[in-house]
Formats: sequence, C-alpha cells, structure tokens
Amino acid sequence: MSEFKEFATKWGLVVDLDKCTGCGACMISCQVENNIAPVVEASNKLRSLNWMWIFEMTNGKAFPENDAAFLPRPCMQCGKPPCVSVCPVVATDKNEEGGIVSQIYPRCIGCRYCVGACPYHARYFNWFDPIWPEGMEKAITPHASTRPRGVVEKCTLCHHRWNYAKEKARQEGKDPSALPENAYVPACVEACPTGAMYFGDLKNPKHKVHELAKSPNAFRLLEKLGTNPQVYYVSAREWVRKQGDNQLPAKEKA
Amino acid sequence: MFADLDNELFPAGVTRCSLSKFLLWLAFIGLFFLWGLYAAYVILSNGLGMSNLDNYFGFGLWITFDLAVIALGAGAFFTGLIRYIIRIDELVKIINLTVIIGFICYSGAMLVLTLDIGQPLRAWFGYWHPNVHSMLTEVIFCITCYCIVLIIEYIPLILEQKQINSVPFLHHLAHNMHVIMPLFAGLGAFLSTFHQGSLGGMYGVMFGRPYAFREGFFIWPWTFFLFILSAVASGPAFTVLVCTFMEKLSGRKLVSFKIKSLMCKIAGSMLCIYMVFKILDTWAWANGFLPSVGMTFDQMFFEVIYGKWLMFVELILCGVVPAIMLITPAIRNTPALLYIAAGLDCIGIIVNRYVFTVQTLAMPVLPFDKWFTYAPNWTEIASSGMIVAYGFIVLSLSYRYLPVFPEEVKLNK
Repeated sequence: MSEFKEFATKWGLVVDLDKCTGCGACMISCQVENNIAPVVEASNKLRSLNWMWIFEMTNGKAFPENDAAFLPRPCMQCGKPPCVSVCPVVATDKNEEGGIVSQIYPRCIGCRYCVGACPYHARYFNWFDPIWPEGMEKAITPHASTRPRGVVEKCTLCHHRWNYAKEKARQEGKDPSALPENAYVPACVEACPTGAMYFGDLKNPKHKVHELAKSPNAFRLLEKLGTNPQVYYVSAREWVRKQGDNQLPAKEKA
Repeated sequence: MFADLDNELFPAGVTRCSLSKFLLWLAFIGLFFLWGLYAAYVILSNGLGMSNLDNYFGFGLWITFDLAVIALGAGAFFTGLIRYIIRIDELVKIINLTVIIGFICYSGAMLVLTLDIGQPLRAWFGYWHPNVHSMLTEVIFCITCYCIVLIIEYIPLILEQKQINSVPFLHHLAHNMHVIMPLFAGLGAFLSTFHQGSLGGMYGVMFGRPYAFREGFFIWPWTFFLFILSAVASGPAFTVLVCTFMEKLSGRKLVSFKIKSLMCKIAGSMLCIYMVFKILDTWAWANGFLPSVGMTFDQMFFEVIYGKWLMFVELILCGVVPAIMLITPAIRNTPALLYIAAGLDCIGIIVNRYVFTVQTLAMPVLPFDKWFTYAPNWTEIASSGMIVAYGFIVLSLSYRYLPVFPEEVKLNK
C-alpha cells in the first residue's frame, strides 16, 4: 500500500486560478522544455501528450451569473502517490528529497497501471514512436531524454532545472539544499504571462509558496481521496474551491 | 494411409471423426487464429496506438478478457484442490479437462498480456525489478509460476497418449508424475488463490478511483477476497459448460451428468458465499466509502453504457439467481436449467471483471471532468479471438489424441 512520504524540502506549485486566463503558455513551454513529441493526429485529446493540461471549470449557472475558471494541471507530485505503489517494476518512485515523483523511462514496461491509478490524468502513454517533423528535431533540448513508444511519461517539475540550480549553487559556494526563491522554477511557471503560478519549497518560510499554501483560499484537488498533493490552487471564488474537492470541506493544509 | 496412421493415435477404445473432417475443422478455426495473428503483428509493429485504448482507458478489452479467462480457468486449481487435497475422487472423471482449460486460459492470458504492455521485451522486469508493494508484481509472479504448474499437470496427460505411453520410460514417467501430482495441486491452489486475489487487489488498492477502491483486511482490500470467491464460483461451472459444448460438437457422452451436477453444486455453494459478501461489500461501498469522499452512488453510473442495469445484471440476474438455481437439487438436476444457471454464473463474473476494468476508468473523478466511453477496435477483438481460437485448437487436439475423459468408453457403449 502507498505511504505518505515526507521530506525536508518539498517542491510545490501554487496556482492562482483567479489570475489564470487559460492561455496555454504553460502547456507550450512544457512541451518544448521536456521534448514532448508532437502527436501526428492531435484531434483526439485522449491520445495527446501534455504533461501540463488546462481544464475548464464552470459554476454551471446561466448568464449573467455564469462564471468560469481555468485550471492548469501538472502532476500533483502527491505526498501519497496512487501511481507509485502500483508500478510492478519500480519504474516510478517518490524517494528523493524534494518529493518529486520520478519516472524511469528505460525501466517502464508500459503496463499503464499507473495511468489508471492516477485520478488527475497526469500520466501519459506513448502510443506511437515519437516523430519530430523535419527541422523540428533541431529544437530538441539536451535537458530531458526523449521517450520511446510504449512507456509512460509525466511532469517532473522540470527536475533537470533543479539539477542545474544545485550545480550553480555549488559553483558559487552556496548550499545546494537551501536554494533561494526563484533559483529553481519549472518552465511553466517561468512562461506564465499573468504570474498566476508560484513555485518553491513548501517547507521553506522564505519562499512565497509556504505562505500561499496556507491561505484560507488555498485548496488541493481531491483532498478527500488522501493523495496529499504538493500542488495547491488559490481562488477567492468559493465555487471554485468547492469544485476542487467534490463540494467537501478541505482537510488540513500541509 | 494418413487416416490409418491417425487412427493409431486415438485413445484406446474410442472413435473420432475422419481426418479430413478434423483438418477442415482446424482450418476453420485457423482462419480466426490467423486474423488475430495479423492483428498482433499490426500492434507489435506499429504500437499500441493501433488499438482503441487511450490515456483515459489504459485498460480495455484485453485486461477484461485476461481477468475473465483467468477467473473462468479457476476450475483447474479449485477442482485440483478438491480432488487431490480434499479427496473427492469422483472428480477424477473431469480433472483432465479442468487442467487443459486452465492451461489454455493462463497461457492465453499471458499471450494477451505481451500484446497489452507497451514494451513486451521488458516483461521480465517484473522479476528483475519487482515492486513488493504492487499487486501487479504478485500477479506477474503467480501467473507465470502457475502456468508452469499447469504445464507440469498437463505433461502426464500428454505422456498417456497411446503411442507415447508405449515407451516404457515415458510410461513410468507419467505414472510417477501422477504420484506427485497432489504436491502440484497444492502448489497450484496456493499460487492461483493468491493471484486471483491480487487481480482483485489491483483494483481495490486504487484509492484514486472511487469506483474500484475498497477498504480491507491488513494489506488486502475486500476485492482481493471477492475475486478469489468469484473465480472458484465460476471456474467449475465454466468447465461443465465447455464439457457440454464438446459433447454437442462431438456427439458423444464425455462425462456423466452426475459429475456435472457435482461440479455445479460446488460452484453454486461458492457462488452463494460470494454473493453474500459481494452484496455486503456493495452496500458498504455505497453507504460508507462513497459519501466519505464526497461522492454519491448515482455518480458511479452513466446513461445506458455504464448504467445501473449492469450492476443488477451482475448481482441479481447473474448472481443471486444462478446461486439459488445451482444449490437447489431439483433445478440443478435438470440438465437445461443446470446449463442456464452455469451460463448465468459465468456471465456474471465476466460483467464483474468488465465493470471493474472499464467503468472504474470511465468514471470522472475530477469534479470538472466528464464521462468518456470505450469500445474496442478490430485489433483488440481479433487478437482476443486469436486466443479463443488457440483454445479451440489445443482442446480439439487434446480431445482427439489424448485420453482426456476416463469415462468416455463406458458412457458410449
């Protein structure tokens, strides 16, 4: 069975849903940063590869009371991940300081049990071989390895950027385990034009997310299921907060 | 000349159809097999994108098929357990058939699984990098080990083929294997019980999926025990149905009705126990667990395709009804009613495996998500059909050349 994993550093994301316009810049930057291959036939959204996806929420009321919100959904990096304990070959783990749920592509056998276990649909399967249109392969970055067909992939909170940030800190003679605010940010956060996304160590009082996650307007998706995500959402609108967890009161915040 | 040679291979004292008729039959089945083989080639050469599975329905027809045939193949371990360990000797008259069906079901399931995983060449990683917390690891271990046990149980039957058995060494080998068979029956019962349970456990531990998640005992969710019970409740009934189908096809009596009735009595008794716990489990899930995660019973169902009718079919029409029919002697001893009840029993278990596989994934857990539906495409259907055809071929060859039914000669005098 899954256990709750606690770490001294917990990288977390806080998304202000009242600032998100649903523009999709986070999705695109994620695609580019992580070498996510374009899908040849992308009209079927259940087959596309998007580590970051934007859901549309609505209060269900008619005009003029109608209201909508856009919810960017990366991997929740759950404290108790439903996907990790089910993997038969330990191809995914939550065992590193920082609490990022890893995915080991060369070990994944492609059984898709983790895909089914994740209620957030944050895991994606490579249904075909990745093909980059001619010329586009030149844009492949050295940061993230490309994935073959038949394996599952997911958001890693741009783990490679963390490695670079730690390397830089070491070079500058600083402590790599106590990175300052914004020394490490994922591509989605960097690209957000409205500043709706905040990133940092949830355990570090010097990081903005530490306070934001404790805001009375903060909530996590499906808290009642006990997954304990490291991704928080903030909204001043009550219906948005309620919809995040099936209209139930949120449990204690981390 | 070939026909004469063929005759020499038949078990002693039985008659079989002509060689040409048999070859025609094999050719007919072979068409389905080849169609499935082509589908498998399409999948393996192009990728799983050729199926109708997607990121919402990571599991579909193949996993449903696997779970269903593994449950229906449970006749092998359960009958073996009763025959060799509990010593109900009458079951010796049908035990060979249960072993063959078990072997077909398990080897077939493994073939389907190699198609279903994205990286078939890494299938052995389950042994090399096992995650002891994963129910699927346990399934991988037990299914492969139990398949080997079934092969060991099948070998003595092959060695008893008239010509093979005329070789003294092989004759003695077969005899000695029979002597140690209780050991393998016990081993098979242990392995099979655990993986039948772990298949249920696979769903029960998915705490992110309220349709499937169940509380449980120690590390095992209730689905672990329910899957074991439902498998032993349907396996013997499926064996009886296969036997009867073979009788209709061959025009010969293979097993006395008394034995079929006994098998169904065992299945019916287990089905009664299963239904009590299954209904209790469903009630507790609907009234206890679902409200605790902010969901309602009605939210678990969608229109006709994933409607409540499926649950009533599973629990009432194909659960309570056959359970009552199979434990009522007057009904059980009427052949037509016995077969209907056995059929309903098997359908109920197939529906159970289907809803746990597909409806679990179809149900939107995120409050702002919506229901999606799944239907398999031709590659999935054809490759599953290939396994059925493979089963027909193995069963046809076994029936024609091996002494599967000890009572056949006596019953057809």
